[in-house]
Amino acid sequence: MQKILVIGATSAIAEATCRRWAARGDALFLVARDAARLEAIAADLSVRGAAAVGSFAMDATDFAAHAAMFAAAQAALGRIDVALIAHGTLPEQKACEASVEETLAAIEVNGTSVIALATRIGAQLEAQNSGVLAVIGSVAGDRGRASNYVYGAAKGMVDIFMQGMRHRLAKSGAQALIIKPGFVDTPMTASFSKGALWAKPDDIARGIVKAVDQRRDQVYLPGFWRFIMLVIRHIPQAIFKKTSL
Amino acid sequence: MALNSWGLRPNAPAAQEIVRRDRQAELPQVEGTLLPFGNGRSYGDSCLNSGGTLLLTRGCDRFIDFAPIDETRARLVCDAGVLLAEIIELFLPRGWFLPVTPGTRFVTVGGAIANDVHGKNHHRAGSFGNHVRRFELLRSDGSRRICSATENANWFAATVGGLGLTGLITWAEIELRRVGSDALDVSNTRFEGLDEFWAINAAAEAQHEYAVAWIDCLARRPRGIFMAGDHVGGDGTAEPAASQARRALKAPFTPPFSPLNALTLRAFNTAYYHRPLPARARSPLLPYFYPLDGILEWNRLYGRRGFYQYQCVVPKGAEAAIDEMLAAISTSGQGSLLAVLKTFGAPEAHTPPGLLSFPLAGATLALDFPDRDEETEALFARLDAIVAAAGGRLYPAKDARMPRSLFRAGYAKVEEFARFVDPKFSSNFWRRVID
Repeated sequence: MQKILVIGATSAIAEATCRRWAARGDALFLVARDAARLEAIAADLSVRGAAAVGSFAMDATDFAAHAAMFAAAQAALGRIDVALIAHGTLPEQKACEASVEETLAAIEVNGTSVIALATRIGAQLEAQNSGVLAVIGSVAGDRGRASNYVYGAAKGMVDIFMQGMRHRLAKSGAQALIIKPGFVDTPMTASFSKGALWAKPDDIARGIVKAVDQRRDQVYLPGFWRFIMLVIRHIPQAIFKKTSL
Repeated sequence: MALNSWGLRPNAPAAQEIVRRDRQAELPQVEGTLLPFGNGRSYGDSCLNSGGTLLLTRGCDRFIDFAPIDETRARLVCDAGVLLAEIIELFLPRGWFLPVTPGTRFVTVGGAIANDVHGKNHHRAGSFGNHVRRFELLRSDGSRRICSATENANWFAATVGGLGLTGLITWAEIELRRVGSDALDVSNTRFEGLDEFWAINAAAEAQHEYAVAWIDCLARRPRGIFMAGDHVGGDGTAEPAASQARRALKAPFTPPFSPLNALTLRAFNTAYYHRPLPARARSPLLPYFYPLDGILEWNRLYGRRGFYQYQCVVPKGAEAAIDEMLAAISTSGQGSLLAVLKTFGAPEAHTPPGLLSFPLAGATLALDFPDRDEETEALFARLDAIVAAAGGRLYPAKDARMPRSLFRAGYAKVEEFARFVDPKFSSNFWRRVID
């Protein structure tokens, strides 16, 4: 049985991942803003076989609440075998361009709040000399593109941070994993028209569980995004500027 | 994306489809009418609402509570968008199964209630609604009612089998039953002529929990295979049934015209009838109950025009109507891979729970028909006449075309039911049979 902390547990990807862990009999501690939805998910995971399910209602951008949340998680779980940070929003790029406040808010929820939480959790895993810190990044963090570079900048920041965390934790028995999903059909992307590249949350969940088990450094999900992003990262600027991505 | 029903017949799309994610969420304020849409396994138009709003319930798929009641029964509370397949996946390994299951496990709990689905054990266990302890009904006025046999019993009776028209079922509490293993003991008996079927069936119903027959409706004289089954007991001797989760095949695309025609159907049915068949065998549970779930999207095999399903029940004493119908079908040369004959007749403890429940003590016949325009319509008119004369009725979950008069004649309580229909809820089926 693994003891697992999940932040942003009401996101579609996190919920699907928790269901897979619950089916294996793991113990879970869930964190999200919406208390009623947390309660519904906790009950669901218990029926599905989770050894124990605790929860804590918190807005990830409420930095002052992080310490109390983490203390509650540690009290409930004891050791932390896996921590998944999955919260985030998809900001409207055009709104960000028109507003410094919108831009900074998007960076805070997708970037700095993640780093604040990862800092706390990373220190604990290093002290334990064990555990996996898994953070959901995005393919959008691999290269800035006109269509959503504010979101991309936050995710890119998290990517660099996790590279460093991985480097640091390598000396202990702990591991830092970044997960880079492509397009996923979730409530966050409800307004998009969906094509063949779109994955279901449970497809991503399967990949996350596997990547954590295998103690991977980085995974693109579904895996074909690795090749798409390899190409996108290597398109020369002169050509890239003429595209509309 | 325009949603279809399982029969894939062309239909005008809904104006909008709204995905529900939380059972606590209120109903949307929209122009026009609402209709819940679960997993789209209804064959006809009872799950469609052209020009209106569909409430997609599959996003509400959380379990709420589970607890054994005694050695043989347990109670499960879950969102109405949970699939029976998801219940089986979670609970069969723990030794629990559905007390009643339809022929596909890819239906939602809400859909199973709204159509009061039945299974191969109707003669023992009644229909799905007989095992629903309670549910919450959310109405367009924002009210939420807990409905059970004792609390809001009139709303319970209207909503079980109520085709989603009385409001939205948000969650339900159903019973599960203990099974000793995930295997069944199955016996197969070939029969020729319906007299033989009735004799085998009478003996089998007294002896076996599950009983159903596949019929070759294209043969000159009706013939078929009678399949009886029982759960393998909990004495610890049962071998775990292998290959429970065989990888499902999938119809990869919709062919421009159907490969299923009179010639191929006749050939298939003959081969199916004569295939080597063990008289007794131990079968894994899933292929016995859900033979077609192994072929995902098999409905596409009927081609772009889709197909009709015709399922009727005729009351006890009027069984001669089955002979008449099979003769009419055989003469017409139209017919299906999937003709199923079964008798209904639940014990008193399991009387039909809904005002519009389909099952009726008697015999039910279910068939698929590709759409061949006038020819098919003429056959349906003939079959309708036989059903009406016998005092029978058709199954709304399968229907895309029954005349208003046949619906009215078959469902005596429709006026009473109509009083419980939510003023904001409607469906293509309802408008077709009522307006």
